[in-house]
Amino acid sequence: MMEQIKNLFKSLLLLELLKGMSVTGRYFFARKITVQFPEERTPMSPRFRGQHAQRRYPNGEERCIACKLCEAVCPALAITIESEQRDDGTRRTTRYDIDMYKCIFCGFCEEACPVDAIVETRFIDYHGEVRGDLVFNKERLLATGDRLEAQIAADRAADAKYR
Amino acid sequence: MMTAIQGFLGPWWPLVWTLVKILVIVLPLMGAVAYLTLAERKIIGYMQVRIGPNRVGIKGILQPLADAGKLLFKEIIIPAKSNKYLFLLAPVLSIAPALAAWAVVPFSPELVLANVDASLLFVMAITSMGVYGVIVAGWASNSKYAFLGAMRSAAQIVSYELAMGFALVGVLMAAQSLNLVEIVQGQEGGLFNWYFLPLFPLFVVYVVAGVAETNRAPFDVAEGESEIVAGFHVEYSGMAFAVFFLAEYANMILIAMLAALMFLGGWYSPVSFLPDGFIWLAAKVSFVLLLFLWFRATFPRYRYDQIMRLGWKVFIPLTLVWLVVVGAMMQTPYGYLFH
Repeated sequence: MMEQIKNLFKSLLLLELLKGMSVTGRYFFARKITVQFPEERTPMSPRFRGQHAQRRYPNGEERCIACKLCEAVCPALAITIESEQRDDGTRRTTRYDIDMYKCIFCGFCEEACPVDAIVETRFIDYHGEVRGDLVFNKERLLATGDRLEAQIAADRAADAKYR
Repeated sequence: MMTAIQGFLGPWWPLVWTLVKILVIVLPLMGAVAYLTLAERKIIGYMQVRIGPNRVGIKGILQPLADAGKLLFKEIIIPAKSNKYLFLLAPVLSIAPALAAWAVVPFSPELVLANVDASLLFVMAITSMGVYGVIVAGWASNSKYAFLGAMRSAAQIVSYELAMGFALVGVLMAAQSLNLVEIVQGQEGGLFNWYFLPLFPLFVVYVVAGVAETNRAPFDVAEGESEIVAGFHVEYSGMAFAVFFLAEYANMILIAMLAALMFLGGWYSPVSFLPDGFIWLAAKVSFVLLLFLWFRATFPRYRYDQIMRLGWKVFIPLTLVWLVVVGAMMQTPYGYLFH
């Protein structure tokens, strides 16, 4: 009986509702956590797996030796490689395509590569405008690598001690 | 100046003058409605640790104009099997009462379009008409969701109208007048003479019933998104939808205005050393509107049978008991507390 009367007064005085409103009222003044995307970005790990790139050695020679480990490990069968012996006796790729429509960004190609040639960069702002635009060929991958080499090298260096 | 224009217009003068008076009230009201939507999005956003719209204009200040422009240029889709005339009439039926009630609302002792004797009764009568817009919209759409939403909304509005009416009976007992200006003037003399203190239970019932009347969260089962999409206006698009939207927000402002006039002392300042004026009325209306938005940011939606239970088995008995208390107390030497 006492309990019932107590509950009656509790609900008539709207105590629980006021408690709820005090919570939302406090959050009204809380610091806002929205990230204003085009102007601000969330922090990104050096291990981030974004657009692919082919790297070169400092002397300008491309790293890839056409071992085809990446092609073999790729679970989505997105990589196609053809190779040839060059005049100086080294084996190099004549064709290196990544079909970004198939790619699942697992990063296995980067892990498999013995010479750190194929890497995934932190760059994510790319798009295709016509059909086939997102099948990246060797020139495009090398160009991406040349453009982002500073960041790629820094990210690899930052992550080196964990590899 | 006035007489010159009057002479120029001749017999057209009463018509023009009436139109001017209508515009002077309706245009600021529409502006208030537009910016209430922005305030709602901003305030609810802040309470959810977001920042709300901030892209159109400085800090999103032009967002309502962008919304209005978008809705104006959108097509009004009329469902093939709907009743076209009723379908287009419903938004009008919905917004007309929401605007008509403003005819008797006083903004200051002198600034009132029609200072009629029974203005409180007029407001109650006019706002009750709004439910026809809802019912007609739901029926004319010929859609099961719209129909269910209309039924829910109509039943809810009719139920809470009673509790609200009883709460207002308390006010007119205290003020001994049905005239809104006189009701406010009965509360002259600072915070402790406002009616919300002696009639506190009625004030709470009035505000909660007001939230239910306007079909807003947590009483928004009429448009419960997860159940019946958008309720009675699910088939409406473009400007027809916008008119329902305007009506809902105009009703919100009206409810807040009446709460400020009848319980919170209208244009009187809470302390004697500050002058009275419209600014106080605006501040009180804004406060009640803030409560509306705050409720929406806080409470989850009521279940439908709980809404009906609250209306019929809690609010109506509560108001009746408090009316008896007020009536009895007025016969005792302490009656002055209730005037």
